[in-house]
Amino acid sequence: MSGTNDLYDPKQVAALDPETLDAARADASAAFAGAGTLEALTALKPAHLGDRSPVLTARREIGALPPQARSESGKRVNEVRVAIQTAYDERHEVLSAERDERMLAEEAVDVTLPGDRHPRGSRHPLTQLSERIADIFVAMGYEVAEGPEVESEWFNFDALNFLPDHPARTMQDTFHVEPAEARQVLRTHTSPVQIRALLERDLPVYVVCPGRTFRTDELDATHTPVFHQIEGLAIDKGLTMAHLKGTLDAFARAMFGEESTIRLRPSYFPFTEPSAEPDVWFPQKKGGAGWVEWGGCGMVDPNVLRACGVDPDVYSGFAFGMGLERTLMFRNGLPDMRDMVEGDVRFTSAFAVEP
Amino acid sequence: MRVPVSWLLEHVDLSSQEGPELSADAVGEALIRVGLEVEDVVPVPTTTGPLVVGRVASIEELTEFKKPIRYCRVDVGPEHNEADGDHAGTRGIVCGATNFAEGDLVVVALPGVVLPGDFAIAARKTYGHVSDGMICALDELGLGDDHSGILVLPPGTADPGDDAAELLGLGDAVLDIAVTPDRGYCLSVRGLARELACALDAPYGDPAALGHGLPAEDGEAWPVRLDPASGCRRFVARRVTDLDPTAPSPWWMRRRLLLCGVRPISLAVDVTNYVMLELGQPMHAYDAATVTGDVVVRRAAADEKITTLDDAQRALDVDDVVVTDDSGPIGLAGVMGGASTEVGTGTSDVLLEAACWDAPSVARAARRHRLPSEAARRFEREVDPGVARAATDRAAWLLAHYGSATVTAGVTDEGGVPAPEPVVMALDLPDRVAGTRYERGAVVRRLNQIGCAVEVAAADPGDSGGAGLRAVPPTWRPDLTRPADLVEEVLRLEGYAGIPSELPAAQPGTGLTLGQRRRRQVSRALADAGYDEVLPSPFVAPAVFDAFGLDADDDRRNALRLANPLDADRSLMATTLLPGLLDAVVRNVSRGLRDLALYQVGQVVRPGPGDPPAAPVLPVDHRPNAAAIASVLEGLPAQPLRVGAVLAGAWERAGWWGPGRAADWADAIEAARLVGRVYGAELTVASDVHAPWHPGRCAALWFGDVLVGHAGELHPKVLEALGLPARTCAMEVELDRLPLAEDRPVPAVSSFPPVLLDVALVLDEAVPAATVVSALRDGGGDLVEDVRLFDVYAGPQVGEGKRSLAFALRLRAPDRTLTLEEASARRDAAVETASERVGARLR
Repeated sequence: MSGTNDLYDPKQVAALDPETLDAARADASAAFAGAGTLEALTALKPAHLGDRSPVLTARREIGALPPQARSESGKRVNEVRVAIQTAYDERHEVLSAERDERMLAEEAVDVTLPGDRHPRGSRHPLTQLSERIADIFVAMGYEVAEGPEVESEWFNFDALNFLPDHPARTMQDTFHVEPAEARQVLRTHTSPVQIRALLERDLPVYVVCPGRTFRTDELDATHTPVFHQIEGLAIDKGLTMAHLKGTLDAFARAMFGEESTIRLRPSYFPFTEPSAEPDVWFPQKKGGAGWVEWGGCGMVDPNVLRACGVDPDVYSGFAFGMGLERTLMFRNGLPDMRDMVEGDVRFTSAFAVEP
Repeated sequence: MRVPVSWLLEHVDLSSQEGPELSADAVGEALIRVGLEVEDVVPVPTTTGPLVVGRVASIEELTEFKKPIRYCRVDVGPEHNEADGDHAGTRGIVCGATNFAEGDLVVVALPGVVLPGDFAIAARKTYGHVSDGMICALDELGLGDDHSGILVLPPGTADPGDDAAELLGLGDAVLDIAVTPDRGYCLSVRGLARELACALDAPYGDPAALGHGLPAEDGEAWPVRLDPASGCRRFVARRVTDLDPTAPSPWWMRRRLLLCGVRPISLAVDVTNYVMLELGQPMHAYDAATVTGDVVVRRAAADEKITTLDDAQRALDVDDVVVTDDSGPIGLAGVMGGASTEVGTGTSDVLLEAACWDAPSVARAARRHRLPSEAARRFEREVDPGVARAATDRAAWLLAHYGSATVTAGVTDEGGVPAPEPVVMALDLPDRVAGTRYERGAVVRRLNQIGCAVEVAAADPGDSGGAGLRAVPPTWRPDLTRPADLVEEVLRLEGYAGIPSELPAAQPGTGLTLGQRRRRQVSRALADAGYDEVLPSPFVAPAVFDAFGLDADDDRRNALRLANPLDADRSLMATTLLPGLLDAVVRNVSRGLRDLALYQVGQVVRPGPGDPPAAPVLPVDHRPNAAAIASVLEGLPAQPLRVGAVLAGAWERAGWWGPGRAADWADAIEAARLVGRVYGAELTVASDVHAPWHPGRCAALWFGDVLVGHAGELHPKVLEALGLPARTCAMEVELDRLPLAEDRPVPAVSSFPPVLLDVALVLDEAVPAATVVSALRDGGGDLVEDVRLFDVYAGPQVGEGKRSLAFALRLRAPDRTLTLEEASARRDAAVETASERVGARLR
């Protein structure tokens, strides 16, 4: 290797010859342009930019020049080196882009292939409906009250003003529990929770009670022995039937939209006086907007209040209840209640998980 | 109750009503408005064409056919008869019925008639004769479903050629009304017509107020004694003699009975049924010639028997009320009469009874003897004690008029009509209950309309200082005993439509309880994890516990038993959620759905040992004391809330990505741990032997020292017995045993870098992984941030009966960068603890 000295050896500095340098630049440009792949380009790099490449050899020769000549030659060598490096970089960029494009094209997949390795599950529509209704009333300030499914006759009947041997009691098609002396039944409605709420809670009471209920009906398209109800109870000072109607109207609007409305027909329940059956009018009804029977309601009978130790001269209130299966049927236009009971996953999964 | 509209309108004066004639639908809607459940309005079908009355002139029996066939000549009136020829003055009609004779009046559909059901009549040749019309049966005319013979009209009803459509009242409509149990009086034309009059604000004519010009009352009809223990409130009897037992019931009565769904039988029976329908008073007719000695009404004696009208011999209960004579019981009071005194084809001496029985007694007797008769239905809903006399008179008059009978002067009237208690009410109470203001006078007017005698007093008897009223309810309204009852009458008659809609002010509620929120979260978490919710029935068969392989003394066999299950096999309330969930698996698999992950959140019933104690009867007129309430609550079985899940088939499906993965025991355990995590509880897993799980693949799940459930793969024998897919897995966790605490985490997040170290340990294969993890955690101390099992290996390299578990440890200090030396020391300590506890050695 040549060291730095002041001697001038024309042979030794041949590499610094401008023509030689220009040729090196042209060679490099041509070679890089001819490289078809990044690998080929990389393979060309030592020959044109490596230690033994003409331009680097030339740079080393600068030291052999007289000091006064070094600056000009150095400048020239550097220009050429930068030009070759730039040619390399530009070619590299082009080839990289080509490679990336090729690779992405090669990695393309059929995005329509299924991806459901393990599908999400679903909640039963009755559960979702029950929670939705409870939430509507919770938003009105109600709390959710609950009770057991095997219930004492005192809660299920006696305290609700069902007299012994009265047809109202036998009309309930009750499942009785053995032995008879224990006076226990499978609750025929969620109304015993009214009694529990009034005994357990301080007044005023505003509760909504969802739950599973039982009657000895054979399973068919519109009946099931195990079904679900949701019940509301409001006991306060000065509550009127207008408040009952207003509450049900608000409920109907929350469930079925702003246009929905309620009308009341007189009816009979032992635990309310006056009693009524609500009909709801809603636009999305299957077969066209119209009225559908929707449960029962009324002003809580003074006898019920008395049995719970509430003074009916001071407090009054209303109660209402509806079947969830029936509500789901007419809300969604479902024809057969059996689908809700049988547990076919195709039925449940259609309802997914409501937000 | 079914009732023809025409019959109701007979008692409502619509002459002052404006607008078009009231349609049947409008009548139905009016009744619905005041609280009657009109289930159906069925028009009596109309016919078109010449439907006429005919008289059978001659009958020729055609005997050459397989069934009896008659060729009849029928006089159908000059307009329709053949004008000349051999048979002038009649028409020829072939008929397959035999319940009529020459001279009988029948209904004939002539060619050109279209009967209900688009049944067109034309002349046609049949059985060797031209049949020039049809003699009609009741069902063909749309009057009920009786096709047992053709309709024979009573003599004198009409003349041949008369228009039969008008006679039959075709074009009328029948209302089918479900009467609520508080309105017994509406099981009659009398009651329904009153309701209709109220609904239309029209004058009402009470059919019970009709006079019949019967002989003046003189003496007793029959000696009758009422034992006070019988609870009989009133017993009225009247006797009718010299009845023509062959006299038919008039057509109008038969028609009304038919439209009400009652089959006409004979005049005496039809009259009692008719009066019951008209006035709501169930009647009984005895053949007086068969009644011996005084009639005594009492409770039945032990061992007494009666043969009722349906020819069934019934053993009586001492709670049954019976009507007796010297021979013993001759009637089961309010339910059904006795066979021995039944009115028959030869009866000419009739004793009519109209009684008012104790409602609960009749209800119990009807239930006990399974005799839900029309009479019992009315008595258990209370019958007006004031109508008994009018009813006997009405029945006696009908028998006299249509059966040429003589009404005797004697009238027996035992017991009496208790005067209804007056109800005192503040005049503005209806306003206060409805939340509106009724117009002045409306309250009194409405109460008068339903039959109350009302006096208005200036000062309220209560403390509000307003005006009050005193209403004496009518005898047919025993349900009106309190101000609330009167309020309902006013509100329903004024119309619920007039009550405003007003939302009460919002209450300060506290939202869902923590338990309620957790339950929703569990359901949501399982659904999000891929489970589908089902709601199976809780009724199970005892056999399922055998299929589960439960020990004879397993607590889960101690299930609550239903006295009246729908399916005798499934008489128990489930003590676990698994039977219902597994049923759902079987059903889905049978429908070709094999990859299943199902769950249920629900109560199970877990009775304590032995039968529950007899429950005390608590008062209802005031709040029972705390001890009484507690005694009832303590008698109820425990009903804990649980979640169960079952898995079958693939957890991860096969697809273009690979073969998928079958659901296994670990998925079931993970589901249970997921439930625990919803409650903020990291459940510990320990192996267990617990039916119906596979003894080697069953985990008990613990929260601290509380057993909360089990999970794993089910026993192959159980799967076989229940027809379930191989390798079905399940878990069940009792939510009530999980802690309920608000999550209030205070995480310390160290920003210093961790040291990650792996250890592979060789252990006996029986050592549960969970135990090793806790040993490593305990040994490593507070610098161990995470221990994760990442590989399990068993094979020759680790030796027989051994396995290797590989763990990734992540160590980190809260306040400094952990050195490798420090971390390694902790790892060594962790391994040392695992070695001490479970004999682990480093691989």
